[in-house]
Amino acid sequence: MDAPPTASAVEAVGLVKRYGATTAVDGLDLTVRPGTVTAVLGPNGAGKTTTIELCEGYRAPDAGRLRVLGLDPVADAAALRPRIGVMLQSGGVYPGVRAIEMLTHVARLHAHPLDVAELAERLGLASCGRTPYRRLSGGQRQRLALALAVVGRPELVFLDEPTAGLDPQARRATWELIGELRADGVTTVLSTHTMEEAEELADDVAIVDAGRVIARGTPAELCGGGGDVLRFAGRPGLDLVSLRQALPVGGDAAEPSPGSYVVTGDVDPRLLATVTAWCAQHGVLADRITTRRHTLEDVFLELTGKELRP
Amino acid sequence: MTETRTHTGRHTPRPGAAPLPRMIAAQAALETRMLLRHGEQLLLTVVIPTLLLVLFSAVDIVSAAGDTRAERVDFLAPGVLALAVLSTAFTGQAIATGYERRYGVLKRLATSPLPRWGLMCGKTGAVLVTLLLQTALLTGIALALGWSPRGNALGAALLMLLGTAACSGLGLLMAGTLRAEATLAAANLVFVLLLFFGGVIIPLDDFPDELRAVLEALPVSALSGGLRDILRDGAGLPWADAATLAAWSAAGLAAAGHFFRWE
Repeated sequence: MDAPPTASAVEAVGLVKRYGATTAVDGLDLTVRPGTVTAVLGPNGAGKTTTIELCEGYRAPDAGRLRVLGLDPVADAAALRPRIGVMLQSGGVYPGVRAIEMLTHVARLHAHPLDVAELAERLGLASCGRTPYRRLSGGQRQRLALALAVVGRPELVFLDEPTAGLDPQARRATWELIGELRADGVTTVLSTHTMEEAEELADDVAIVDAGRVIARGTPAELCGGGGDVLRFAGRPGLDLVSLRQALPVGGDAAEPSPGSYVVTGDVDPRLLATVTAWCAQHGVLADRITTRRHTLEDVFLELTGKELRP
Repeated sequence: MTETRTHTGRHTPRPGAAPLPRMIAAQAALETRMLLRHGEQLLLTVVIPTLLLVLFSAVDIVSAAGDTRAERVDFLAPGVLALAVLSTAFTGQAIATGYERRYGVLKRLATSPLPRWGLMCGKTGAVLVTLLLQTALLTGIALALGWSPRGNALGAALLMLLGTAACSGLGLLMAGTLRAEATLAAANLVFVLLLFFGGVIIPLDDFPDELRAVLEALPVSALSGGLRDILRDGAGLPWADAATLAAWSAAGLAAAGHFFRWE
């Protein structure tokens, strides 16, 4: 029953996919280790969905090599399909079908599905189980799509923006389920454009922009070296030279965009006091002072010069 | 096979496809339930054929259909059975499949263990079950109205199956190539046009010869004409009509297979 172990759950090398004149995926490399959660992170239009749909076998790449669970997703589709779970970004369900009915149906297509009632209960679908799909809320639809992806007990699940548009509670339930999948040895590939999600869930992150992976690693690796940052807003054009002189050794200050300041170094209470004291001396009312870890969001901004969330 | 796992949980992978017959049966059952639950579909598959049967047999509107009610029922029942085939295999299936394509249902199922041909088998199963129910209902009503069918039931069933294949091919061709809204409009339009010009309630003899020759080549005309030959006139299998339906089936299914777009 068990397939021969494969080194990688997904192995993509130099993947290219074009649609007419647009190149959606442009020489993308991706390796997914079995049993991990890999987040494909990038802004809208970066090529995340195309990449995932290539892995799911919806279309063949124009160039490059792609193996999913050691199989060619298009040529070996029949062998691959029972082993993967798929959550599309939207839709995929008959408008008139009831939530539980659809879940039961997809369970019936598999040999050893999860218990439908229990899964529905855990994802908060029990109360709307008899509601037709077209009358479900956006959040309920998302959770049903997630349930459909995992009900067949797949080895590998692809989740295309699993928490887009969810309220915090539903997002938490989804994150918990993804955590359980990981604990039980399921490999998960998810796309997201929220850094928080990648940081919370992913063992590995591949940052995608314009159809390529521009950085990869664990969240810690990607954020490492950046250290902590203190940010504040003030009137544009403050005297940075003076501010730098006031900072403890190893500290630095910058104004990446007018009126928005970033202080790096050992971010501790002393540094915060130094900055606010300097502001007081210079008659600056510092606004929105935050101290936090260097995040994937910062990494993305540094790598691309673009905000992830416009 | 013994294997050590450090952890076994609810989601521990145990992938596998269900046996094919079970998958196809599940697909057919789901699609049948949704066909029967859908209000507009029921209007098309049940209400309209029933109303036509009852109304046109009671009232002498179409003179060539017959002078007595029994004669009119003998004329109408085969036509209404052909209309039932058209409503389910063509119009209903085209609209449902068009929207399934539009809403990504076909896309979603394409990554399930059910192969595409299995999905098509499921659809065909749903159409056949629905047709069986329609035929039983309409036959019952016709008999209550005084229908006295003759001929070989097996021959009639064979013609209806050929008609189903022809209508399915054309319906799927439409659903797989046009936008869902266009399919909705076109499938309904074809239904109404063929209702009048397909020999269902108006005998083709009422049309001018040139037009009649064209109309007789349509699948619904071949089906209604053929069924009438058997059930009203007690003829054997009408080979010309069967051949017309077989040709439409081959052309329609081949074109659908070639041009159908899943997304």
